[in-house]
Amino acid sequence: MKNYILLLLLLFVLFSCNNTATDETNTTNSATETAEEFDEMSIFQLPSTWKTQNNETIEFKDFQGEVLVVVMIYTSCKAACPRLVADMRNIETKVKSEVNQPVKYILVSIDPETDTPERLKAFAIKNQMDTEQWVFLQGSDENTREFANILAVKYKEISPIDFSHSNIISVFNQQGVLVHQQEGLGVDNKATVDKIIELAAP
Amino acid sequence: MKFNVLPLIFILLSNIAIAQQSTKTVTIKGGKYIPLYGTDSSIVTVKDFHMDIHPVTHQQYLDFVIANPKWKKTKVTRLFADKSYLMDWTSDTTFSNTISNSPVNTVSWYAAKAYCEYVGKRLPTVDEWEYVAMADETKKDARVDSLYNQKILSSYETPKTYLKQVGKTNKNIWGVYDLHGLVWEWTLDFNSILISGESRKDVDTDRNLFCAGGAVGAKDLMNYAAFMRYAFRGSLKANFCIKNLGFRCVKD
Repeated sequence: MKNYILLLLLLFVLFSCNNTATDETNTTNSATETAEEFDEMSIFQLPSTWKTQNNETIEFKDFQGEVLVVVMIYTSCKAACPRLVADMRNIETKVKSEVNQPVKYILVSIDPETDTPERLKAFAIKNQMDTEQWVFLQGSDENTREFANILAVKYKEISPIDFSHSNIISVFNQQGVLVHQQEGLGVDNKATVDKIIELAAP
Repeated sequence: MKFNVLPLIFILLSNIAIAQQSTKTVTIKGGKYIPLYGTDSSIVTVKDFHMDIHPVTHQQYLDFVIANPKWKKTKVTRLFADKSYLMDWTSDTTFSNTISNSPVNTVSWYAAKAYCEYVGKRLPTVDEWEYVAMADETKKDARVDSLYNQKILSSYETPKTYLKQVGKTNKNIWGVYDLHGLVWEWTLDFNSILISGESRKDVDTDRNLFCAGGAVGAKDLMNYAAFMRYAFRGSLKANFCIKNLGFRCVKD
């Protein structure tokens, strides 16, 4: 009888260990691991990892000390994205000769399934954006949605090749804090350009 | 022999404690439906899943906070939860007894998501949530029933429903309580509703749903309550903590 009870208990214990294991994995995956030293609004606290167009694995905290200009696009996009990409290039051209500190232009894919590093690389080359200051990022579905939420970017899959999404260009300072957003397509980018220059040419 | 069993009993008991934290789920048989914003070509397919029968309560959320101290109200990162986070709690781990069994509110999307992951679940998608929420006590799709709509709308007009206890409303045909009547609930992809500050300018679709006369294009004009929910979701940011917004979890 005693043995029987023991066996029963063992079974429960095994079951409970199993549960705990799942819980632990889930907790470590959660997006809220934070490092103490960052500003509490800093995106450098995000634990998510991303692939670049050069197939390197990076986190946002790897961009510490750089001004970041961020937009969310997808490469198979026919309507708004080419204009968003053009807006980014206009900003880059205007800013380039005015700053003496590093500025990175980051294009995050909202279609991570399609936009592999290879595809992002091809897109970068085709759009003459294959120099150091341009970074294309592919994340997981979950990281992507979470990052979009930081930017308050809305997006929705309409069909496997078509998304609708907000057209927002965001500027982060060297501490990873969101300091400026420009909404809309082909809008006057003066305020955005001024903000970047203010940050990167003190 | 007795000596060996004692720690086992202890582990067994702690296992029961964990099990009690988690809300009971019921199986939701998947299906197809046309959501509010749909056109005939955009029938949504929902797969089978399991949904919590109640929203997560303050008491359950407290267990989570104790196990995950970074979600205490004095510790939480502002990026993930605004200043209203757990505003009615009297300290990091205390609140008025009267709300123990009421839905937790003033929690951000990040917090809700972390909670569900902690209990081995996830937040429901908008499509899943609306699929279950269109049921009443007797029908899986009660949206054409004007009484169903009226009841929901009148609950939206009632103040402080977040103080009510979970599980006291009528359960719907799936066996799920409180989808209407207590709090509105976070969804995993709430940010797929494309209306923000200036919806006519900064995004390219869902115009048919929100833009003035264009809204006539929406499928289901009867369902004004759903209109309100979609508009509300569209106005949220993920670190917002709001009094009438809680959450529940689901499982695949």
